[in-house]
Parts: sequence; C-alpha cells; structure tokens
Amino acid sequence: MIELRDVHKRFGANEVLKGITAAVEKSEVVCIIGPSGSGKSTILRCINGLESYEAGDILVEGARVDAHSPSIVDIRTQISMVFQRFNLFPHRTALENIMEGPIYVKKEPRAEALERGRDLLMQVGLAGKADAYPTQLSGGQQQRVAIARALAMQPKAILFDEPTSALDPELVGEVLSVMRKLADDGMTMVVVTHEMAFAKDVADRVLFIDGGVIVEQGAAKTVLNQPQHARTQDFLRRVLHPL
Amino acid sequence: MQKFLNDAAEFLPILLQGVWLTIVVTIGSLLLSTFLGLLWALMRVSGVRALTLLSGGLINVIRGIPIIVLLFYLYFVMPDFGVAMTALQASILGLGIAYSAYQAENLRAGIEAIDKGQIEAAQTIGMGWWLTMRRVVLPQAVKIVLPPYGNIMIMLLKDSSQASTITVAELALQGKLIASSTFKNTSVFTLVALMYLTMSIPLILLVRHFESKASRK
Repeated sequence: MIELRDVHKRFGANEVLKGITAAVEKSEVVCIIGPSGSGKSTILRCINGLESYEAGDILVEGARVDAHSPSIVDIRTQISMVFQRFNLFPHRTALENIMEGPIYVKKEPRAEALERGRDLLMQVGLAGKADAYPTQLSGGQQQRVAIARALAMQPKAILFDEPTSALDPELVGEVLSVMRKLADDGMTMVVVTHEMAFAKDVADRVLFIDGGVIVEQGAAKTVLNQPQHARTQDFLRRVLHPL
Repeated sequence: MQKFLNDAAEFLPILLQGVWLTIVVTIGSLLLSTFLGLLWALMRVSGVRALTLLSGGLINVIRGIPIIVLLFYLYFVMPDFGVAMTALQASILGLGIAYSAYQAENLRAGIEAIDKGQIEAAQTIGMGWWLTMRRVVLPQAVKIVLPPYGNIMIMLLKDSSQASTITVAELALQGKLIASSTFKNTSVFTLVALMYLTMSIPLILLVRHFESKASRK
C-alpha cells in the first residue's frame, strides 16, 4: 500500500535519508524507531509530501508521491497524519477541527460530517468535549481530537509522528489505547515512536533507523527482544535502561 | 470663551460638511488599502518567486513616495494620460495605495507569525494553498493584526487631511477656507483640532479593546 524504493533526501549538505527501501501492507502496523535525528520523521513527512525527496520513489497505492504535483492533494486525503505537537486549529472547537476536512476538502454535506464527527469523538472517548476549544483540553485530549480529525478523512492509512512525545507521562496511555484500538480495527499505521512497549505489543513490524538507513527490520518482537545489529542493541539498551 | 462658543456655533455647520468628506475619504481609503494590502501580503507569502519580488518592489515604491506627491500625480498628472477622476476619487485612490504598503507589512507579519505546524496540519487534510489561507491562517492572523490595524486607522484618519491639497473640501480644507476669510484662526483651528480628536477617540478605544482581547488569548 505504501512503498519506498531507495529514497534519498538531503537538507543542504546533510543527507538525512540515504536510500530507504521499505513497504507497508494494508492493515499493517509498522513502528519506526531510532535515535533522534536519524531521519524517522523525515520518512513520514516524505510519504505525504510535506517534504520532497531527491531520488528514489515513494508510491501510495501505486501513485507516485510528488510534493510539487497537484496529485499530492489526492494522496493526502488518503493518508492522514498525526503530529507530535497535535497542531489542532486553535480557533475552532474539537468538533469543528474534525469536520474541517470533510466539509471543506471533501465537500461532504454538513449533516453527514457532523454525524461522523460526533461518532469519532465518541470513539476517542471525548463525546462530551465537542464544543471545547483546544486550549481547554489536556495534551492527551488534544491528541485524541487530532486522531479523530485524521480519521474523519476516512484515510487508508495514518502516519503518526511521535504522537506521545509531547505528552505528560500520565497522559500517554489514553492516546496509546486509542491507537491500539485503531490497529485492532485493521487501520494501516506507520508510527514513529519511542514507546517500545507499544511497538512490542501493537506493531507487526519494526524498522530501526540510524544515520538515514534502515539498520534492522523485522517482526516487532524479534527486533525488540533479540536485536541482531550492534547499533540496535545499543539503542534499545539506552532507551529501555536509561540509567 | 464666550467668543469661541459663538464662533463655534457659527462655523460648526460648515465644518461638519467637511467632517462628512473626511469620513468618506477615510473609510474609502481604509477599505481600498486593506484590500490591496491583503493582495500584496498574499503575493509576498505565495511562495511564487515572481509574485514575491513584484510585491516587495511595489511596497518599496509606494513607501518611498510621499502621500502628497502620490495625490498630485493622480489628480494633476493622470489627466495627461487620459485618466481623469474627481478629487474625491483621486484622494481615496491615492491614500488607499499609499496605505496599502503599511497594511501589507502588517498583514504579512501576522501571516508569518502563524505556526508552521498549522499549515502542515491543513495540508495533511488535503487543503490547498488558498483553502489553508482562508480557513486556517487568516482567521488566526486577524487576532495578531488587529491592534496595529487600529493604529493604521487612526493614522489614516489624520492623513485624510492631505486630500485638502487636491481640493477635496474635507475638514482641514473647510477650516482653512473659513480661517482665511474670517481671520479667526484661533477659533477655527481649535475647532478643527477638536473635531479630529473627537473622531479619533472611538478609534483609540477600539484599539485598546483589540489589544486587551489579543493579550487575553
């Protein structure tokens, strides 16, 4: 469903992706782990055209992703994204945030968008917060609204860019449990995360990225429990036992 | 004082006619400058190099020409090119163009102050450039832009007196005409000053309201 073939990306003289080849199948949950600055987020941002890439191909359902082509809008309506800092629209309520895409991008009838919006808020456990503005919500609640906003576009896949990294520790669980439910429902997900427990439990596959290349990949439990590569072992040791 | 009140009673009806034109010129050029300023600002942030350069150049040219020269140009020079307008039209057009430069810089600052994450969030739900501007960036930029916008309104109200130089009989010119025919300079110009001040006060209060609203957010 999402395919990357030898993708290269540089920021000036700094090559952040040095030939990434990977594929994500339908209904698969793939976690991308790795040290900061390794290029994890850049991969996600290239998949939905927030960044362009210099060489290689990214295909979404067979269509090539080109950040500068008008076709990118079509790809973005199929692949939603959830950000580390939520990026909710502060001037609109939770429900309005969710309805924005369906009404103004997909031109759905308001009543239909409203019904699905309320439904989605219920799914993420925020049925009572429809009229709250983002500033009136906790970080965990905001991120759940952001997930509902992504779902409102009825995407084929969702990209999560460190969805819990900006949250207070006690709020991480509520977001992860919403994500786990999505995975159980068969949503295709690519998740950049530092939550190793989530990766182990929910992901089908894990990619470990360091220095712009995929160092190791495979079934989540295999990579996380018996990492083969020295760099993966070192990274996991530091993440799981920081002291 | 008694004399001043007598003069005031006598001159006020004539000056009020000037007030009316001052208001027309101010509101007309405010609307025009807002529209043009928004256009320049959107060109500036469009990401299209040609538009960015064009807008930057235009703003600098406009900023570099005194309002009075711009007015003279529109009213006295344009007829030579076959474009004749009334003094009122020329003054609204001239002040509108002159102030569009300030409006553009203010609006651009407001637009650029919006978090990049907002634009990315809009893009990821499939919004194009214009929809992102209209639904996400501009509604948030308005809050940032309003206090300086109020100050621009006050400046524009006072600068509308420059329309007097191309024969628009607004408040300043009416005052000057009465003064030169009656020699009651003190009474007349005190009245004129008080009337400008009276018109500014609601605007000053409006700016204060915008500012307190902006700081509450």
